[in-house]
Amino acid sequence: MGKTLAEKIFDAHRIDMPFPETHVLKLDMVFCHEITTPIAITDLMARGMDRVFDPTKIKAVIDHVTPAKDSKTAEQGKILREWARRHGIKDFFDIGRNGVCHALFPEKGFVRPGYTIIMGDSHTCTHGAFGAFAAGVGTTDLEVGILKGVCAFRTPKTIKIVLNGTLKPGVYAKDVILYIIKELTVNGATDKVIEFTGPVVDAMSMEARMTLCNMAIEAGGTCGVCYPDMKTVEYLWEYIKDEFASKEEALQEYSKWISDADAQYEKVYEFDVSHLEPLVTYGYKPDQVKTVREMEGTEVDQIYIGSCTNGRIEDLRVAAAVLKGKKISDHVRAIVSPATPEVYAQALKEGLIEIFLDAGFCVTNPTCGACLGMSNGVLASGEVCASTTNRNFNGRMGKGGMVHLMSPATAAATAIAGKITNSPLFQG
Amino acid sequence: MKNFSGKVLFLDRSDINTDEIIPAKYLTEITKEALKPYLLEDLVLEGFNHKHDLQDKAVIVTRANFGCGSSREHAPWALEVNGINVVIAESFARIFRQNMFNCGMMAIELPKEKIDYLFANYAGKETFISVDVENDTIVVTSGEQREEIKYTISEFDKTLVKEGGWVGYADKHY
Ligand code: SF4
Repeated sequence: MGKTLAEKIFDAHRIDMPFPETHVLKLDMVFCHEITTPIAITDLMARGMDRVFDPTKIKAVIDHVTPAKDSKTAEQGKILREWARRHGIKDFFDIGRNGVCHALFPEKGFVRPGYTIIMGDSHTCTHGAFGAFAAGVGTTDLEVGILKGVCAFRTPKTIKIVLNGTLKPGVYAKDVILYIIKELTVNGATDKVIEFTGPVVDAMSMEARMTLCNMAIEAGGTCGVCYPDMKTVEYLWEYIKDEFASKEEALQEYSKWISDADAQYEKVYEFDVSHLEPLVTYGYKPDQVKTVREMEGTEVDQIYIGSCTNGRIEDLRVAAAVLKGKKISDHVRAIVSPATPEVYAQALKEGLIEIFLDAGFCVTNPTCGACLGMSNGVLASGEVCASTTNRNFNGRMGKGGMVHLMSPATAAATAIAGKITNSPLFQG
Repeated sequence: MKNFSGKVLFLDRSDINTDEIIPAKYLTEITKEALKPYLLEDLVLEGFNHKHDLQDKAVIVTRANFGCGSSREHAPWALEVNGINVVIAESFARIFRQNMFNCGMMAIELPKEKIDYLFANYAGKETFISVDVENDTIVVTSGEQREEIKYTISEFDKTLVKEGGWVGYADKHY
């Protein structure tokens, strides 16, 4: 019987099966940020276990609230910073070099096909876009990861999603994943890996695949995965060129991280997305999804473009294409937060930042910011935000606020109109 | 082992997420105790008052997909510091469930019919539940009513409950 990608990764990393269905895996990477790691560090210190399994396999960033907004967040940054120094963790990204973890770490080449990765962050599933098994965990799993370089998981069951057809212009990976979450519901993939395959995924850039995998958790998924291909190799080439004689050789090596044709799936869905139109959420659950047309005219107070879902260079390019030569409505305020310094610098070089500024956007430094309602654009009660982030939970962006999730194109068009509307890039 | 018995709080809704259990703005707290007043502060549930309804409760009974969303272990901690070490639900989000067992707490899954039955027969009444960890059984009592319900739990999860969590276990074995 064939194996799925996740099963192959488990086989290659399993060090113990202490109980049925319980797999203890060796970790290739442990990623850390300043919200969930400091409390793990202080607990390890209190237990007299202030050690790390391998400082080269731990990567850390201050990204959620940066620059620090108050003494408490400053303290969290300080604990992480001092810990990184104390243990010789070289890849620690402090302000000026920091960006949203799930955009920054792939960009630095830390994610490879076949890797096992954990992080104290639910959107760790993003890294599956490279053909890795990457899962969000809580503080205790993170502590053990830091200390021992292992993590326990149940037997991985996989849902396969085959995306057929071609996307219409103005329809993006964000619309596709919102559609999939609506079909699967918020717990349709709980305890399961979601494999995204098919011609639509093959045609997607690495950035778009990351958007897709990023929201696997919104359907309850442990990890979203895409098969590595030449695009994966191209994206990583700068970091792997010394390991392989050619890109073809790299591709051949990475091709072992693809599911077998006769692998067993929990469920297989085939979706033809040729007729898909831009989508947006309503309500407080990410599976509450309607077409932008159905939500047309919904007034908003704030527009937020950024986050680990849609703060990458392609996202900024699309938003800027919509905004070029236009002004945002007088009734709204708009914020764009490039996900990493590299994205910021590239956007500057391409003249995108100027377009945002001319349109009336506030451009912030790379950070999670408003996405989780801790800084840089928290909503007041009763306010509505059109956002390219991934969660519309009650209170997520501020107590009493409402968040509508959408693509960067729709968010930019909404900024101009002052109410939810389709972008001119979509001509359905 | 922690205390696994006491008065029940019924939360009649599915998909209660971790932002509702403990909002992100409290994630800057560095002690568990500081989370205490904010448990379920943003819960969207008609008639629920987090200040009043949580008092002396030790067990939560709820519907499907409890604890979805963020990976924050602050969610189980906020329960723990309020004296709640057991959540009984139709299903849990993966990370939340693992966090509970990793902390030596219990996330007990029962089939939908059993959950429906508990709501139909006990919600609105003063109800007590105690968990018999050895025998994988919960004992439900309310006034004259008393019954036992069996549940299934993985050996791994049960071991974590007995050994008080994952850090100690992993340190001993790996
Ligand atoms: S951008 Fe938002 S969802 Fe992504 S890691 Fe930051 S807080 Fe989490």
